[in-house]
Amino acid sequence: MESDVLVVDDSAAIRKILQRVLRQTGMAIHTIHEAGDGQQALTLLGTQTVDLILSDINMPKMDGLQMLAALKASDQWRHIPVVMITTEGGETKVAEAVKLGAAGYVRKPFTADQIKEKLAGIIEPARQL
Amino acid sequence: MNLQPLIVDSINRSVLNVFSTMLGVELDSGEASVERSMPDANDGVVSFIGVAGSWAGTGSVSCSPALACRVCSLMLMTESTSVDEDVLDAVAELTNMIVGNVKTDLEKEVGPLGLSIPTVVFGRNFRTKSAGTAEWIVTRFPWEGEILLVKLCLAPHEKSAHLLPHMGNHVCALDV
Repeated sequence: MESDVLVVDDSAAIRKILQRVLRQTGMAIHTIHEAGDGQQALTLLGTQTVDLILSDINMPKMDGLQMLAALKASDQWRHIPVVMITTEGGETKVAEAVKLGAAGYVRKPFTADQIKEKLAGIIEPARQL
Repeated sequence: MNLQPLIVDSINRSVLNVFSTMLGVELDSGEASVERSMPDANDGVVSFIGVAGSWAGTGSVSCSPALACRVCSLMLMTESTSVDEDVLDAVAELTNMIVGNVKTDLEKEVGPLGLSIPTVVFGRNFRTKSAGTAEWIVTRFPWEGEILLVKLCLAPHEKSAHLLPHMGNHVCALDV
């Protein structure tokens, strides 16, 4: 089954890179949605169903941790795995993300292999034709 | 606490890592110096990001428009020939990753720090000035015949400068 993914980052550059990297991973991905902050992401989730969220932490308006807390407090969205992709290497924010229920995190800068490794087991590999 | 050697080492590691991983470019280590904050005239692209916590200050990445376009082309795998929104965004993200990784190294010494959202400026003959009297650690990275400049100014939050004598009889906020 193909998955729909939501990429949340205030940097359009990172969103474009993640679009490309996700397509390169060989994972079974159908649609990649984008949002520029946590608030936009929650609004988009009101109309779209996604199977995985990749999110930055440090964003304006609503940051990644606030968004994660809102998702995990919702019966509708708490099952969606959220992987944080962030420059925040400090223990505090990463620990907070894990405590809030993040499925994992990848530090920027990242390679396609690191993203693929983190997503293995969360979304399915594409079927070979 | 003298953070200078740690900052210089961390900037070098961070820049080399970000360029290698995100741009596929292997840079040589940069040459570092300590410079007083001076409102020099700038041409090109300058990106700033704030650091806050027990130590606070500003990180900055600056380069020519041509280098900024090159960063964007390599990062996004597109052709960038003039400074547009994509180029500014790529330089902002480059700054975020470089200073973010330095911040992570520094947190082992000074405790939790926060990062602001980056701000990018592009233009000709403009001047920048950071409030306070602290010095900047400036690292110059040669790349494709030009220089990419990475600067960090950091001081203990509750006092912007200390009272130890330093070169030229002025105070240095990075050496308390």
